[in-house]
Amino acid sequence: MAGFAPGALVRVKDDWPETRGPVHIRTPHYLRGMRGKVVRRFGDYPNPEDLAFARPAAQRALYHVAFDQPSVWQEGKAGDQLLVEIYEHWLEPA
Amino acid sequence: MEKDVPRAHHDLGGVSKFMCEPVDVEPHALTDFDKEVDGLRAVLGSKRVMTVDELRRGIEAIPEAEYHRLSYYRRWIRSITDNLLVKGVITEAELRAALDRV
Amino acid sequence: MMAGSNILETDGEKLLAAVRDLLAAKGLVSSAEIAERIAITDAANPGQGARMVAKAWTDPAYRSLMLEDGTKAAEELGIPMRGAPPLGVLENTDDVHHLVVCTLCSCYPRAVLGYPPFWFKSAAYRARGVRDPRGLIAEWGTVLPDGVTIRVVDSTADYRWMVLPQRPAGTEGWSEDRLAAIVREGDMIGVTVPALPAR
Repeated sequence: MAGFAPGALVRVKDDWPETRGPVHIRTPHYLRGMRGKVVRRFGDYPNPEDLAFARPAAQRALYHVAFDQPSVWQEGKAGDQLLVEIYEHWLEPA
Repeated sequence: MEKDVPRAHHDLGGVSKFMCEPVDVEPHALTDFDKEVDGLRAVLGSKRVMTVDELRRGIEAIPEAEYHRLSYYRRWIRSITDNLLVKGVITEAELRAALDRV
Repeated sequence: MMAGSNILETDGEKLLAAVRDLLAAKGLVSSAEIAERIAITDAANPGQGARMVAKAWTDPAYRSLMLEDGTKAAEELGIPMRGAPPLGVLENTDDVHHLVVCTLCSCYPRAVLGYPPFWFKSAAYRARGVRDPRGLIAEWGTVLPDGVTIRVVDSTADYRWMVLPQRPAGTEGWSEDRLAAIVREGDMIGVTVPALPAR
């Protein structure tokens, strides 16, 4: 996987693994399906979704992604942002 | 505005029922209980018995009402105990016997 | 994946005592090890972060290092970071104010700042931070100037975040020690900004 460069526009997958069984997800609910912009790639880290169940965990690229805060909530002050660490498998090109 | 989504109950960002709740900004010193639970978790982590991810999973598995009722470190010790049982580090029989002795 | 939920409902103090006894009897975790760990965690405190901030305010090379590699910057001041998650530092500017929250649990730069404050772990803080940051910091009396945007950082993964606040006016010529003394825990989370002590 080539990965995302800083500045890339991405969308957080609108997926809800919570509906399919016991899971441990580090992508907050409020970002699912939201569009953002990659700020930085941090490097690879073992997938916490598997670590939480003592399963072998694949390395996943971790990104810092910026979101327009009022767009997420339909309220708030223009220009305010959210900056959240998201693992690569939750991101797709926007 | 909060969408009607299958949110896990620990996933609290922007949840409407807390938006009007004031924050208690006062410092609250940790009790001996708190520090011992914290220390226990750290030692279990450094010995690779239990990861912080497993701790979180165990906390998230606490039913919603209990999750909010329990203090922070009471959630931790419940999760630690759950993990130790699930991983077979201790058995339920051993735990019951140990509880009878304390 | 819950084991015997009845037993997990036992009072936490009893669970702790029983689990400690069992782990000690099995030779897995001793009381001494727990005590040693508590002592290490107790040594971390906001003063460590304050020293980093004060140095960044007076030493441009250190500021750059802190923003580039927070862990290395901490270690350079003798703050033990071995085994700790990577430290990220967020620079406040005239245009941007940062606020750190962990909506999912309570991730916090413990190796530098010590135990997270009680309020940081509360449902109210975790819920409000990402949706009403200005209302939230107003709980501390913090009001940002017009034109300053807020960037809320939700700590969801492997990094732990602290804020490098702006140096207040009126501190020209101050020593690092004097500067560190005005940097509070809340300044490095983003609920407050450093202020000169009231006369």
